[in-house]
Amino acid sequence: MSATVQRQLERASAGPVHIDVMGLHHAYGTRKVFDGLSCRCTQHKITCILGASGVGKSTLLRMISSIEKPQSGEIWVGDEEITCMPEAQAKRFRRRIGMMFQGGALLDSMTVFDNVALPLREHTELPESEITDRVRNQFEAVGLKEAERLLPGEISGGMKKRAALARAMVTEPEILVCDEPFSGLDPIAVRNVEALLVETKERAGVTMILTNHHIGSTLRMADQVVFLAGGSAVSGSVDEFRHNDDPRIAGFLDAAGPGRAPVELPDASEVARDA
Amino acid sequence: MRSAIEDLGGRSLASVESLGRLGRFAGQTLISAITVPFRLRRLIAELFNVGVLSLAIVCISGAAVGAVLGLQGYVTLSRFGAESALGSFVGLVLVRELGPVLTSLLVTGRAGSAVAAEIGSMVATEQIDGLRMMSVDPVNFVVRPKVVAMVISMPLLSALFIVFGVGGAYMIGVHLLGVDGGSFMSGLEGSLSFDHDVAGSLIKSLVFGVLVGLIATYRGFTAAPNAEGVSRATTSTVVIGSVTTLVVDYFITALWGVN
Repeated sequence: MSATVQRQLERASAGPVHIDVMGLHHAYGTRKVFDGLSCRCTQHKITCILGASGVGKSTLLRMISSIEKPQSGEIWVGDEEITCMPEAQAKRFRRRIGMMFQGGALLDSMTVFDNVALPLREHTELPESEITDRVRNQFEAVGLKEAERLLPGEISGGMKKRAALARAMVTEPEILVCDEPFSGLDPIAVRNVEALLVETKERAGVTMILTNHHIGSTLRMADQVVFLAGGSAVSGSVDEFRHNDDPRIAGFLDAAGPGRAPVELPDASEVARDA
Repeated sequence: MRSAIEDLGGRSLASVESLGRLGRFAGQTLISAITVPFRLRRLIAELFNVGVLSLAIVCISGAAVGAVLGLQGYVTLSRFGAESALGSFVGLVLVRELGPVLTSLLVTGRAGSAVAAEIGSMVATEQIDGLRMMSVDPVNFVVRPKVVAMVISMPLLSALFIVFGVGGAYMIGVHLLGVDGGSFMSGLEGSLSFDHDVAGSLIKSLVFGVLVGLIATYRGFTAAPNAEGVSRATTSTVVIGSVTTLVVDYFITALWGVN
């Protein structure tokens, strides 16, 4: 039995695992980032990747999105191993993923509308009227109708995040990857974006992976937590994460604020409704 | 001693690697230039940025250089009683050398640096990664229109530089210093051949357009994703673009033949 077939059988038996990262090793020069890192993301769930700055959270997202390759290790998305894909195949694969970048990564020279319409114009034969409808639907979903004719430089940070989310979701991807979606936002905007992400996950049924420094929002919205430290990962549910005895996790939680004291966690849908 | 040799080896390898990457980038851009989609709207926007926005600086510089040539040429030629050859002198110098070379230097400083800074900041703000994530080829989407616009604009701007240069020399030579207008224009017309001088000038401009376009986009594309990286990309575009223009100018002149 070939390794690929064996892997596919393992995937099938693993049930709802959507993304399986196995034994990643990666270094930038002499700085080791991953040293045998392994973790899993469950289908249709929200996985938050936590860890100190520089620990490799964004790098892991870029590798899962196939825009950066690890030096060794495997990343399985469904039944496909993506680390050894040729670029042409990787391009096709990336259409299955929507990515919301930290700063939005909207093209400065195009209006917000054109930014969101870009993937549809590039990869579909849809008539312009249909594209307009789909983009407007996305704007409505993220609450950004008033900004469609503005340039990215003319809108606020929170609006950029919404526009980035609209662009990531307009092609109806199966996986949504968000790099620091709450960075640079005030507490109210954090709640709004958080609710938007939860609502998007519920509505579109995507598997969502996000990196986050914001412990409160992680505890509220995540189904799973992957904590990165020392080149490896500790994974588990939110409860497992909160009660983990690993001193690195305890230290991270304590430093972040509420610490290990029990936190009243509102239901995710409740958060969405409130906002 | 050993570390110095290691350092030299490391630098040499890095230079060869960098040249290889530039070659690969140039190949990708070339392939992209002849494949669909052609992105006409983006090309027109870049023609405006590179060409139209460089018009003023090229025209003013051309007129100023022509005026200086007229003045210096008159002073030198009048020592031999050959003031009537001023038109021929100005025409040959502008068409063969100063037109394409100075235009390339000006465009490198104005448009090349702007292109490198724009692409560098797109790298720094993850816009290039954003395009990759949307499966949009950034070379085709961002680089190609800028390089093609540079190649189209350079000969046109060079022609304008020459026209304004001749105009400047005419104003100084004929209206200020009293050279006969007829002999100025007939000398200009008689000394220039289309096959040799004008075609050579055109080829130089096209080559400079390709080189400056590739250097500017490559430096921007490979910029470190931070403010310092953008700054370095901009500076190195101007330095490398200018030096490359001057060195390549010599080789084209030598290969094209000097009559």
